[in-house]
Amino acid sequence: MLKNDGIISPEELSPVVPPADRLARGPVAIIECLQDIPCDPCVSACPVKAIKMKEGITDRPLLEFDTCTGCGLCIPKCPGLAIFVVNMKHTPGMATVSMSYEQLPVPEKGQEVTALDRSGKDVGKVKVVRVVNPPGYDHTAVITIEVPADQVNNIRAIRV
Amino acid sequence: MSRNTEVFVIGGGPAGLSAAHVAAKLGAKTLLVDDSARVGGQLIKQTHRFFGSSNRDAGIRGVTIAEKLQQDIEEVSDRLTVLENTAAVGFYHNKEAGILSQKAYERVTYQAAIVCTGATENSLAFDNNDLPGIYGAGGVQTLMNVHGIRPGQKILMVGSGNIGLIVSYQLIQAGVEVVGVVEGMPTIGGYLVHASKIRRLGVPIYTSHTILKALGSDGVTGAMLSRVDEKFQPVPNTELEIKCDCICLAVGLTPLIDLFQQAQCRMVHVGELGGLVPLHDSAMRTTNPDIFVAGDASGIEEATTAILAGRIAGARAYETIHGKSPQAEAIVAEAREELRTLRSGSTGERIRWGRERVLKEVGEC
Repeated sequence: MLKNDGIISPEELSPVVPPADRLARGPVAIIECLQDIPCDPCVSACPVKAIKMKEGITDRPLLEFDTCTGCGLCIPKCPGLAIFVVNMKHTPGMATVSMSYEQLPVPEKGQEVTALDRSGKDVGKVKVVRVVNPPGYDHTAVITIEVPADQVNNIRAIRV
Repeated sequence: MSRNTEVFVIGGGPAGLSAAHVAAKLGAKTLLVDDSARVGGQLIKQTHRFFGSSNRDAGIRGVTIAEKLQQDIEEVSDRLTVLENTAAVGFYHNKEAGILSQKAYERVTYQAAIVCTGATENSLAFDNNDLPGIYGAGGVQTLMNVHGIRPGQKILMVGSGNIGLIVSYQLIQAGVEVVGVVEGMPTIGGYLVHASKIRRLGVPIYTSHTILKALGSDGVTGAMLSRVDEKFQPVPNTELEIKCDCICLAVGLTPLIDLFQQAQCRMVHVGELGGLVPLHDSAMRTTNPDIFVAGDASGIEEATTAILAGRIAGARAYETIHGKSPQAEAIVAEAREELRTLRSGSTGERIRWGRERVLKEVGEC
């Protein structure tokens, strides 16, 4: 369980995962922020106002899956590095996962890297398909990797 | 030599810089002293993005917040004097204090003082805890993020509060292997997003565990851990040996309060705030009417709340000298509202409880 070992269990994760029909339509964010902490930069990062906090700053972010366009602008704004964008409409059998990356070296597009699950276990090699690292992101690069579709909710980090 | 000022601020961390900025901006002649070479306090080591409200610094890195505060004080440099490498060494009667720099001891006379001395790191008792290679988390951050020195190659973190989790992440960024995080409680102490961030990079988190001893003779070669029961007693035959060359202790902070005691402020022990703190009211005024407090010295919290409490103390200290001011009142009202929202919710419960106790006790004396 998350509070004992830092690993989000499938049951804990399910409320923040978009339903299958939304996932099938293309890129969408998954906000893996499951605790009432005083933090709200994701709310103002969203250009389409898809992220809401009902009870104020210490509430958990609530993503309106149908409003979210999967643009990924929220990813580098999250101090907890807890926002991912998944795209199930990538190519047949393959999906993409986009995530924050704050280590060196920053991988390049086309590079092969090691994919890790939520416990840091090596789950195979994956290809980097996009790197977004403008000065405005202040050293938080957003890396998109291509993963087997069935791994889209399992892979959450990379080792370069 | 002696110096004369209206507002005397001790400590140039987030609370002290904010207090000095507000007091000087409102119009008070202000003197700030800090015993380190560079103001900014712990913020100058914080390379991670801050939590909090996007209205105030959330989502930007601590080092950037330090730069913003430094710019703020430059803006009021006609009324604010900043002395670095200068420690406040004592309070005397008649609104007099002593400061010591590398060159000289001087006397300061002031009308109101704001003491923002921050906190000191806690240690932990275990066998061999004096071996070279055992550090406090603040020391590790100073080596790594201020001086660019890696403290070791393989490090064990003790404590899973936000500091332990964040410093573990920064160690990974610096190329150090973090072999584990040890936590006596059955659950992780800090924000769970920080825990997940290091867990998915392969760092195991040993909840319900303690460190029994450090291994090695000339330096750390490993650590012996053990599982603990619900009374935090080691469970026999659950020992676990971990190889590492460095052990980092992130087991909490204690307010740094010597100056308040010297100034004869009444103290109260509040566990939720980290130990003994000076009693103070909602204006951050202690029981010595000339002395205010802000930041971790008033109870362990974090930088954003320290900034807000510093703004309240700066505004109220100004009013003590120059009388009521609508601008000061507006600063206080805004900071209070921000503090209220930051401390709401379940993660703010302990702090709310501790602060309520201080206010209740101060009301009674």
